Amino acid sequence: MTNKILIVDDEPNIVMTLEYAFKKKGFEVFIARDGGEALEILEYTVPDAVILDIMMPQVDGYQTLKWIKNNKALKDVKVVFLTAKSKASDIEKGMELGVDKYLTKPFSVKKITTEITEMLA
Amino acid sequence: MSDYVLIIIILAYLGVLFYIAFWGNKNNRSKWVNNPYVYTLSLAVYCTAWTYYGSVGTAAESGMKFLPIYLGPVIAIPLWIVLMRKILRIAKQHNIASIADFISLRYGRNRLLGAVVTIVCLLATVPYLSLQLKAISESFQVMTAQSEFDSTHVLKDSTLYIALILAVFVTFFSTQKSDATTKNRGIIASVAFESIMKLVFFLAIGIYVTFFLFDGTTDIYERITTSSDFEKLIGFGDTNGLDWFFLILLSFFAIFLLPRQFQVSVVENNREKHIKKAIWLFPLYLLLFNVFVIFIAWGGKVTFDDSVNPDYYTLLLPLENGNSFMALLVFLGGFSAVISMVVISTIALSNMVSNNLIIPYGFLSKFVKSDPEKNASHIITIRRVSIFSIIILAYIIYANFSVQMSLDSIGLISFVIIALLAPSFFLGLFWNRGSSKGTLAGIIVGFLVITYTLIIPFGMQAYGASDSFIQEGLFGNNSLKPYALFGIDFLSPPSHAFFWSLLLNTFTYVWVSVSTKGNYRERNYAEMFVNVKASAELDDSAFVWKGEAYVDDIKEVLIKFLGVTQSERALQLFFKKYDLSPDTKIADARLINFSEKLLTGTIGGASAKILISSVVKEDKVSLVEVLEILEESKENIARNKLLKEKSNELSKLAGQLQDANEELIVKDKQKDEFLDTVAHELKTPITGIRGAAEILLDDGDDMPSEMKEQFLKNILNDSDRFTRLIQNILDFEKLSEGRHELTRGMHNFSETLDGVLTSFNPVASNARVMIHVNSKGDAFAVYDEDRIIQVVTNLLSNAIKFCDKSEGVIEIDYQIFDGKLRVSVSDNGLGVPEEDIEYVFDKFYQSKNQNTIKPEGSGLGLAISHRIITSHGGKISVENEQNSGAKFTFEIPIQPKE
Repeated sequence: MTNKILIVDDEPNIVMTLEYAFKKKGFEVFIARDGGEALEILEYTVPDAVILDIMMPQVDGYQTLKWIKNNKALKDVKVVFLTAKSKASDIEKGMELGVDKYLTKPFSVKKITTEITEMLA
Repeated sequence: MSDYVLIIIILAYLGVLFYIAFWGNKNNRSKWVNNPYVYTLSLAVYCTAWTYYGSVGTAAESGMKFLPIYLGPVIAIPLWIVLMRKILRIAKQHNIASIADFISLRYGRNRLLGAVVTIVCLLATVPYLSLQLKAISESFQVMTAQSEFDSTHVLKDSTLYIALILAVFVTFFSTQKSDATTKNRGIIASVAFESIMKLVFFLAIGIYVTFFLFDGTTDIYERITTSSDFEKLIGFGDTNGLDWFFLILLSFFAIFLLPRQFQVSVVENNREKHIKKAIWLFPLYLLLFNVFVIFIAWGGKVTFDDSVNPDYYTLLLPLENGNSFMALLVFLGGFSAVISMVVISTIALSNMVSNNLIIPYGFLSKFVKSDPEKNASHIITIRRVSIFSIIILAYIIYANFSVQMSLDSIGLISFVIIALLAPSFFLGLFWNRGSSKGTLAGIIVGFLVITYTLIIPFGMQAYGASDSFIQEGLFGNNSLKPYALFGIDFLSPPSHAFFWSLLLNTFTYVWVSVSTKGNYRERNYAEMFVNVKASAELDDSAFVWKGEAYVDDIKEVLIKFLGVTQSERALQLFFKKYDLSPDTKIADARLINFSEKLLTGTIGGASAKILISSVVKEDKVSLVEVLEILEESKENIARNKLLKEKSNELSKLAGQLQDANEELIVKDKQKDEFLDTVAHELKTPITGIRGAAEILLDDGDDMPSEMKEQFLKNILNDSDRFTRLIQNILDFEKLSEGRHELTRGMHNFSETLDGVLTSFNPVASNARVMIHVNSKGDAFAVYDEDRIIQVVTNLLSNAIKFCDKSEGVIEIDYQIFDGKLRVSVSDNGLGVPEEDIEYVFDKFYQSKNQNTIKPEGSGLGLAISHRIITSHGGKISVENEQNSGAKFTFEIPIQPKE
């Protein structure tokens, strides 16, 4: 079965590289420009993983994460923060909120796809 | 008038006075008894029966001679603002209860000096008191027209009863507490009342005589011109200018030194500021009192010629004209003058006698053995016995000697005697070398002079002895004539005596003070008196003392007089004031001084000193040491002051540092946030570049060419964005630290705008946005063109970003208005979200309403624009327009303000 992944980021260039890489790995890829769009998509799709940027207009990464964690239908969805926020305190905060993986920008496309594939295996 | 009726009236009047005193004591905090008017009226105790009856008598005999006695105080009073303040401060600081306390304290709480001053006061006052009694008796006689006064029938003499009633009055109101500094509010209130009465009644008789008995002042004057001794009546009597000078000086001293004056002006004063009113009100009182004197005297002279005693013209004139009611009023006025004088003098004298004469000479050892309640009652008893003794003594003198004396002459002798205290009192306030030995020697010498030049010849004259002593001098030596010593024959006897006694007294005081070694105790107090201001700071700590004492011993002494509770409370206060532990064992100089002060009110300064030193092992200190220590403590105070100032400065600086620190912390935090955001913003394009490059590297050969091209374009875009960001950050930092210098010049904004639009047009048409410029014409202003171009570019690119997607319209307006260049750029997008309006110009603010997926901007554009406009001295703002988008407006002054 193909893995479904939702990429949530407001940077089109970054989305484009991720989309390319995950599609190449055989993922079914959904894209949202911010938390709001992500929630819309999550209404009818339950992906295996969500890649979340934190700093986004309107609904940010933290809010989206909370929403996912509070939604029973999405309890098996793995959430990965992919963000430029790389301070120890930021990482701690993400972990406290229950994120499954915390990855920082800039990133290696190969490494991300590998890690997420492993996480879902 | 029947004597019974008069006695009943007198008793009724006394009843009123008792009631006022009683009421005043009960309401001693009321405004009615604590105001400058009561204070001023109480000063009018200066006007005695001498004023009331004697002035008229003097005026009838020697013209204007009655006047200098009132001019002295009028001249002295303005000086009070300086002098009386100083005296009041010292008196309050040291619990002074009388002038004897005051002088003895100045010279080191000297017991002998206190006693001598007391004796001087007694000598000056008791005969004077007897004169007051005489005035009552004589005026009583005049009123009841008793034929001849017979002093052998003491019990028949109503004067004795009146004297005794007064003694009871004084005793009842003034000896309720053992502390002599307790203020007698009730008695002062009754004195103030009496002062009103005597003035009103005296003015009444003045008006009555002048305008009812005669036809106004001119009438009296015309009638008196026919009088045989008219020349004498309108002249200055047998006095010349110098004589006047000495009489004025004499009364100048008297207003400070007379025990009753010291009592009302210093001891009974409860607010320093009351002086301010008194210095103009009291002279006014004296002036009013003297307005009619001369007319009553002339009226009496015209009416009676020399057939009656002119002292009683005020009574005789209305009686002669059948107006016994007016006479009664005059009588009551005179009675008031007598009572207030007797009462206040007796209080003052009894305090002195008990605290400076009786207690320190004989009762101290007894007190030390006794318990506090007994001591208090002993002290009160001593004071009561003193009161009765003084009044009875005055009565005895009156009954046996005073028939022959006139009010005026005894009054003046009294003044001359009290002036013995002048050198030590006045010089002592300003000259710190004056010593107790000098004071004693001066007073004794001065007194001997007065005895020789005034008392002996006056007594001889009064009793009709041979006047060869007066005419020819002692042993027939011309230069020893008592009224013309060493050829000074142009002064009246009182002035003459005053001149010589003052001269020799002052000389002796100064000479002895300078030529003998002072005592360290004296020097302490001298410093406190001369330098009140500094001594308020020096206070107890300046007190020089070497020795050993225990707190317990001193406390025991205090308890004997103040009782346990009061002593303990006082000591607690003391320890608190100086921040000492309450179980301090060893007493220091401050405690010694403090305890002496505490006891001063109750038993007098000298006794206090003796008592305290009885429990203290004291070492002698040399004068040199005292001076050194005093200098040192003055320096210490100066140094402490400096230290205090410095420490204030330091704490201020510390405060500023803390503020600065907090500001720095805030700035630091802001800086951290800024760096965080900058890092975040920089990481974003880098991530794009890195991702695209990685994909191209791995798959570049396999992917379709459009995709490859897209990734390459992304790399280029992100690189540009990266560069822009860095440029903006640098700009922003420069601007925010004010490091950027504006290169201002006069520019035409319309040209500047054209330049911007030329480079913008392709971008705009790409985005399908129309740009309208609504304004036309030149708009000259001084600005940094590159910077303003940056602002306009920022606003335009923002506007393009937020314009309506389908039909973007941007409108630009500019105008010169009110000395400012105002430019606005509006778009037809969605506008700035209301909740964001105040954050738009913050750095890294990025709107959520953008129509491009990700803004080109760095989030710094508006923040940079804001800084640029502010550095031009202008303002930038944004508002949402009805039915259209955001409107950004900036304005800058056309001429920069310097």
